Amino acid sequence: MIDLIGYGAFFLTTALIFSLVTLGLNLQWGLTGLFNVGLAGFVAIGAYTSALLTTPDDAARLGGFGLPILVGWLGAMVVGGIAAALTGMATLRLRSDYLAITTFGVAVVVQLVALNAQKLTGGPFGIGFIPRPFGSLAETPLLFNLSNLAVVCAVTLIAYLALEHLSRSPWGRVLKALREDERAAISLGKSARFYRVQAFAVGGAIMALAGALQAHFTGFIAPDNYLPILTFQVWVMLIVGGSGSNFGAVIGSILVWGIWAGSGTLTSVLFAPEQQARAASLQIVAIGVMLCVILLIRPNGLFGDRPRRPRFGKRAKAAAIKSSSGS
Amino acid sequence: MSLQFVVDGLLTGSMIGLGAIGVTLTYSILRFSNFAHGDFMAWGTYATLAVVSAIGATFGKVAPIAPLSFGWPLLVALVVGMAFTALLALLLDRVLFSRLRSQGQAIIVVMASFGASMALRSLLEFTFSSRPTYFSRAIQIAMPVGFGIRVTPDQIALLLLTTVLVLGVHLLMTRTQTGRAMQALSQNAALARIVGIDVASVVRVTWIIGGALACVAGVMIGILVQIRPFMGFDMLLPMFAAAILGGIGSIPGAVLGGLIIGLAEAGAVQLIGAEWRAAVSFIILMAVLFVRPIGLFGVRER
Repeated sequence: MIDLIGYGAFFLTTALIFSLVTLGLNLQWGLTGLFNVGLAGFVAIGAYTSALLTTPDDAARLGGFGLPILVGWLGAMVVGGIAAALTGMATLRLRSDYLAITTFGVAVVVQLVALNAQKLTGGPFGIGFIPRPFGSLAETPLLFNLSNLAVVCAVTLIAYLALEHLSRSPWGRVLKALREDERAAISLGKSARFYRVQAFAVGGAIMALAGALQAHFTGFIAPDNYLPILTFQVWVMLIVGGSGSNFGAVIGSILVWGIWAGSGTLTSVLFAPEQQARAASLQIVAIGVMLCVILLIRPNGLFGDRPRRPRFGKRAKAAAIKSSSGS
Repeated sequence: MSLQFVVDGLLTGSMIGLGAIGVTLTYSILRFSNFAHGDFMAWGTYATLAVVSAIGATFGKVAPIAPLSFGWPLLVALVVGMAFTALLALLLDRVLFSRLRSQGQAIIVVMASFGASMALRSLLEFTFSSRPTYFSRAIQIAMPVGFGIRVTPDQIALLLLTTVLVLGVHLLMTRTQTGRAMQALSQNAALARIVGIDVASVVRVTWIIGGALACVAGVMIGILVQIRPFMGFDMLLPMFAAAILGGIGSIPGAVLGGLIIGLAEAGAVQLIGAEWRAAVSFIILMAVLFVRPIGLFGVRER
């Protein structure tokens, strides 16, 4: 029973950290329509920044400044936000696909730096001894897990409430207006690029914070934690939950992480140890197919608020004709 | 600094360029960046490998053609692989992309291609495991050709093949009715429909060319480097960078972009080390986006 509660707390902590990334992505994609396929890069930036700021001094690499954990989290958000803003500035005046390609490149480069800049990131061996909040409780796993869960819950709740507030604020309404009809919004005097860079930077900062949380929760980070599969998982979480809805982002994360962890346990029971790697790739195939199917049959996910009708103008008329002739 | 990097760069550049032709065509005609293009490459290579092994099982060991490391089985298999990859691309379009395209949100199609890419790659990993394989384990003797440069017969053959293919596609695009229809559709889709261009057939040709060339590029990687499920995914960033550097929609641009990136990568390997190779295309991509986002041969979008 105690084990079960401990596992439940551990599971929820991981799922909520994912949901924090998904919340960041929802601000970028769900609210603003910015397509980020390199979010693993921003999560990694946050994790490494916070790790560098808070770990004790290490002769083998630069830094290890031994600062308090909160400073690490703030630093992660600042660096993640700046990285996202730079990416946005390069691409957001161009066609939307360029952002996708560039973010993809950011993730590749971050991965490369994490692997090869030994002096900064510890290379393939990663960074260990990252201070954990309530580390003194590590002797009693249950208490440790529960207190971690409480911290992650609090941070997620704050981010959730802040994002809900933001999306209802005039700022959020401008973003929605830009997503729905860019020309109309611009004609009202809103600078599309400026607002988009802001939204992208805030989203990046939230992702980086999630990376930092994860790093301090596990106490160890390595380049392998930030492969493209992470980007992919978070995207599925958002699409299942429904892009545009913060509530959907959180529920989608818990749900998909449940499916993922559950199918992982299932394959470990069903397959022999030497077949595990193959079974794991089958798991990815299943989730990939799931993403495509949801996009095809229920693009709004469970709680999405993206309007079914395309922007007004020519396309809406075409859609109206289509729907009236179809029914 | 030895000039050997020129040959390595030209070869890498050919692989990138052949792949980038498909990327640039999908982008300009179907209007989305296809993240699954790299996985077409890998699937084509594994299909070719499967046919080579099948021929090997039926006919026994076939001696390679004089100086090359491969014989006729690979050539036959390559043609089959190209057809297979084209079919795969057509199938994926039928099942997934065309349905999403009709909903009119381009970026949803990009997202679907990202999902498809993950699924396709992992399916390869499931079937063939992630261990690298090879078409041939024979080691070729490189011949000196002056200026301290050495090339193997395979490399010369593949450079020739690339030239022939690129020339062929260029002629197809500029001299045939289909090619002109493709250009028209990429320049102004609405107008092209009005003048009665058969959009469905243009879309089919686009996928066939893109898929077949991706397969050739993949097989080149397989002959010169190694075959892995991730081989195409790792080429994705260089291919996108080449397509954007050359100017979206331009086939000579995609090839030239590929060669530039290939040479830059090879140069960087000599100067700063192989581990930073993948960053080269990102740096070039960012530079192009900041300085001249329409690329070398691009036209401003109307």
